Amino acid sequence: MKRFRGFVIKEFYHIFRDKRTLIILFGMPVVQILLFGFAVTNEISNVDIAVLDRSKDSETQKIINTIEASKYFKVTDFIVDEKQIETIFKKGKVKAVLVFENNFSKDIVAKNMANVQIITDATEPNVANSVNTYLTSILQQYQTDLNQRQQIPYQIVPQTRMYYNPELKSVFMFVPGIMTVILMLVSAIMTSISITREKELGTMEILLVSPLKPYQVIVGKVFPYVFLAISNAIIILMLGFFVFKMPIEGSYFLLALETVLFIFSALALGILISTISETQQTAMMASLMGLMLPTILLSGFIFPISSMPLPLQVISNIIPAKWFIILIKGILLKGVGLEVLWKETLVLVAMIVAFIGLSVMKYKTRLE
Amino acid sequence: METKNAILVKNLSKRFGDFTAVNAITFEVKKGEIFGFLGANGAGKTTAMKMLIGISKPSEGTATVAGFDVKTQSEAVKKSIGYMSQRFTLYDDLTIKENIAFFGGIYGLSNEKIKEKTALLIDELGLHDKASNLVRSLPLGWKQKVAFSVALLHEPKIVFLDEPTGGVDPITRRQFWEMIYREANKGTTIFVTTHYMDEAEYCDRVSIMVEGKIEALDSPKKLKKQFKVDSMNEVFLKLARNIE
Repeated sequence: MKRFRGFVIKEFYHIFRDKRTLIILFGMPVVQILLFGFAVTNEISNVDIAVLDRSKDSETQKIINTIEASKYFKVTDFIVDEKQIETIFKKGKVKAVLVFENNFSKDIVAKNMANVQIITDATEPNVANSVNTYLTSILQQYQTDLNQRQQIPYQIVPQTRMYYNPELKSVFMFVPGIMTVILMLVSAIMTSISITREKELGTMEILLVSPLKPYQVIVGKVFPYVFLAISNAIIILMLGFFVFKMPIEGSYFLLALETVLFIFSALALGILISTISETQQTAMMASLMGLMLPTILLSGFIFPISSMPLPLQVISNIIPAKWFIILIKGILLKGVGLEVLWKETLVLVAMIVAFIGLSVMKYKTRLE
Repeated sequence: METKNAILVKNLSKRFGDFTAVNAITFEVKKGEIFGFLGANGAGKTTAMKMLIGISKPSEGTATVAGFDVKTQSEAVKKSIGYMSQRFTLYDDLTIKENIAFFGGIYGLSNEKIKEKTALLIDELGLHDKASNLVRSLPLGWKQKVAFSVALLHEPKIVFLDEPTGGVDPITRRQFWEMIYREANKGTTIFVTTHYMDEAEYCDRVSIMVEGKIEALDSPKKLKKQFKVDSMNEVFLKLARNIE
C-alpha cells in the first residue's frame, strides 16, 4: 500500500508539473461547454430573404407583412424575374426566396388552392433547413387564419409537444456530448500517453525490474486520471446546471456510478492502446483516430445513429460513448433509473471486462 | 543458499520464432566480482541480461540469480538485484530527492531509511545545492551517477548495469568506475555490459558474446595472453573477425 501511495504521488508530480497539459485538461471542458452552449445554436434570427411576387395582390402583401413582422426574417429584396434568383443567391446575402405564382388571391377564392414556393440557399444546410421550417410554419399559420373565415368540412389540427427539452435547447445535447468526449480524452488518451512515455524513457523497464507487480504499475499510473476525469465531469455538470439550467432529473448516485463506469471503460481502452504502442506518438495517433473520432462522429453525440448506414450503426455498438450518451441523457433529462438503463449499464461493464482482458493477454505475450 | 556464486547460468537460450538470440550460454559469476559482459550490437547480451533480471522468460536452460531461479522465483530475484539501463532512468520532472524517495518507496524502504539514504547519497555525490533541483537540469554524467546510486538504494546483492557509461565523457567515466569499485569492495556483485574496451580492462573477468554464444570467458589478462595481443580491443576484434 505504501509503495502504491508513493507511486501515485509521483504520478501527480508528473501531471502538476506539466503546466501546459494541465491548462488544456481543465481549460478545454470549460471553453468547449461555453462555446457550444452560447455560440452553437440552430435558432435563426434576422435572416435576409427575397420575394418574387408575380401576383402583387392583397393576400400576398398580407403574407409578406406577416413575415416582416416576425423577428426571424427581413425581406431585403424584391425581384421580378426567375433568373434573378441565382444571381441573388450567388451574392450570398439572401438565404431564401419566396415565390408567389400569378393570381394568388384569385386562385384561393376560385380554386381553394394557391401556390407558393420556398427556394433556399443550401450551401449551409442547417440554416436552409431552419429557414424552410420557419417560413413553412408562418405560411401555415396564415392558412389557419384564412380558414377561420371559411367553413371547411374536415380538419386535422396536430398539437405538438416536445418532451424533456421543450425549447429544443442544443446545449442539452452538447453537455452530455462534451462530457463524453472530455472524459474519453482525459481517461484514454492521457493514460495511454503517460504509460507509453515511461516505455519511451526506459523507466518502464526499471519499474518492471523492481518488486512492483505489473498490475500495480498500471493501477498506479491510471489512478490519478480517474481523479482528474471525475473532477472534469463535476465541472462540466456544474456549468451545465448553473449556466445553462441543464436539469438533473435522475438520481445523483446513478449519475456518479455511470460516469465512473464510463471512465473505467475509457481507462481500459487507454491501457489497451498503451500495450500495443511503443511511443507516445503512436499512442496519441491511435487514441485520436481510434477513439476520439468515433466518439464524436459515431456515438450519436452530433449525428443521430438511426440515420447512419447499417454498417456504421453496427460499428457504433462497440463504442462505449454511444452507451454512455444514452445513459446520461436518460438520467439528466428523463430522470429514469436502473430499471430502464440496466441494459446499457451492463454493456459498459462488459466492455470494461473485455478491454482489460485483452490488455492482460497482450501484455503477457509481450513478456514471453 | 550460501554458495560462492552470485549468478549461475546453464545452457540458457532464448528464441524469437526461428531466430536464436541467445544460444545455450553457460557461465557463473562469483560473489563480489566485477563481471564484464561484452559483445557487439545484436550479439544477444541485452536479451541475456533481460532473462537474468526477470523481465524476459528463457526458452531453455536455467539461471540462478542470488540463489533464486529466474523462471520460478522472479519476484525474489527482483528484490535482490539493482538495475540501471543505458537509457537514462530517473524521472526528469522530479527532483533528485523525489527520485530517491520514489525508488526507495517502490523497493519498500521505510521513511526513516529513505531519509538516511538520501542524506548519505547527497553527501557522497556532493550534491547539497542541487538536491532540490529537477533532474532535468543536471548534466548527463551527474544523472548517471545519481541513477547508479539510486539502483543501489535497497542494498542489492547484485547490480546489473547495461552500458552505464554510454555517451559520458572520459573523466566522468573514470569517476563512475571508481564508484563501481567502491561498491564491489563492499561485497556487491557487479554485472556490467559495455561497448568500451578500455572499461573491459577494469573488470575482474569478462565474457565476450558473438552471435548468441559466449566465445571467450576469462580475466582480461589471461584473455590477452590466450589471443596473444596487448589489449582487450584486439581480443574483441580477433573474435569478431573469426566469425566472419
